[in-house]
Amino acid sequence: MKIKAIVIDEEGLKRTIIRLAHEILERNKGSKNIILIGMRTRGEFLANRIHKKIEEIDNSKILLGVLDATLYRDDFRRRLKQPEVSVTNITFDINEKDVILIDDVLYTGRSVRAALDALMDLGRPNTIQLCVLVDRGHRELPIKADFVGKNIPTSINEEVKVQMKEIDEEDSVYLIETPDEFKTT
Amino acid sequence: MSLESKHLLGLYGTSREDIELILDTARTFREVLERPIKKVPTLQGKTVVNLFFEASTRTRISFELAQKRLSADTINFTTSTSSTKKGETFKDTVRNIEAMKVDMIVVRHESAGVPQFLTRISNANIINAGDGTHEHPTQALLDMYSIKEKLNKLEGLKVCVVGDIAHSRVALSNIYGLTTMGAKVSVCGPSTMIPHSLIKLGVKIYNDIDKAIQENDVLNVLRIQLERKAGDRIPSLREYRNYFGITTERLNKFNKEIIILHPGPINRGIEISSEVADGPYQVILDQVTNGVAVRMAVLYLLGTKN
Repeated sequence: MKIKAIVIDEEGLKRTIIRLAHEILERNKGSKNIILIGMRTRGEFLANRIHKKIEEIDNSKILLGVLDATLYRDDFRRRLKQPEVSVTNITFDINEKDVILIDDVLYTGRSVRAALDALMDLGRPNTIQLCVLVDRGHRELPIKADFVGKNIPTSINEEVKVQMKEIDEEDSVYLIETPDEFKTT
Repeated sequence: MSLESKHLLGLYGTSREDIELILDTARTFREVLERPIKKVPTLQGKTVVNLFFEASTRTRISFELAQKRLSADTINFTTSTSSTKKGETFKDTVRNIEAMKVDMIVVRHESAGVPQFLTRISNANIINAGDGTHEHPTQALLDMYSIKEKLNKLEGLKVCVVGDIAHSRVALSNIYGLTTMGAKVSVCGPSTMIPHSLIKLGVKIYNDIDKAIQENDVLNVLRIQLERKAGDRIPSLREYRNYFGITTERLNKFNKEIIILHPGPINRGIEISSEVADGPYQVILDQVTNGVAVRMAVLYLLGTKN
């Protein structure tokens, strides 16, 4: 792994999460109608942390769910490796709610498209707002995030590697060079 | 993670990793079945043919539902309406269907080995939905899923398959699959219904149902298959019921919890009493629901494999 830059460190991630929590509360005028849904895998951990922060700031209880949108993906026929599916855990009604969809990196927009379809099959939310830790550009679909931790302009041969203590060794975001075998151009 | 094989012909030789992958993936689909919209677009554009050369209601409906819930296109083919009735050979029928560009074939046939044969004449993924008295892998997988759902494990469990073992593809698939997963499998039934070659597979044989109940965690009760001439091997249904039927009185003799499975359709009052079939220990309807999820998992894992 060739690291080109460290984009967010542990302290930086803490501050970013606090800011995102405040922005979500500000935009929605409090936490009354919002629910948080994290996208597996790292979006789930990010959602847990933002959830904890919002409950702390607003002193309220907010519903939190996990979404696995694998079954809605559009790249089954093009991938070499079969993606592993895991369970969606949304045990509450999302009808008429303001859903904050949380993911780690926004790139082509295709996984967000899959998540939107998956959410629509669960009900009819009032709004869906997208919150991402990193927006690295290169969109292939007309999708835009409502809340962004950090905008990182990248080249197509770079990768954004988000690490979270829940499954990785540390809290960090690195910009790395894509290993040759995965290069597209 | 993906399956080792591009077909599911039987559980004989299927690895523990593959069985675990199917059972884990089925959990995802079990959740999909609880949603308001019980359908995902995963197999869009794939065509699946259900080739049923032998009567089936439950398995065919379960497969068809699984296919529809994955958004695959399905075609049903049953012998009563097919051209095999007009004299076409099995091979020609399959070649013709294949020429219509199908991706997967689910097959049930009264002869053992037909799914295996299909892999040689077709490029589609083949799923065995029961071949003669050989194997019925998806049934055994859903049995294992249902046991695991209740008891949270398979390793080390004692499972006894009760009934006409010699003519049961469910029994054989259960024996292969559960043994691979580390369970101890035994069988129980009249001697005329038990092939003694099973001892070679490490299977314990009971002729006394009370002993089987006493020593096992799970009973998988098979249907007495009158259409497979079960009547020739037992003096009467009443005698079978008296010696091997699962009743509340029998279960109450031992103060223990035991899980009762039955692949259906049930002959109430013969191999299982109504009281037990509707009682607290049975998971018979859970098996039916889990069956759809398990078949979705198999279709998904084979249909999206490159």
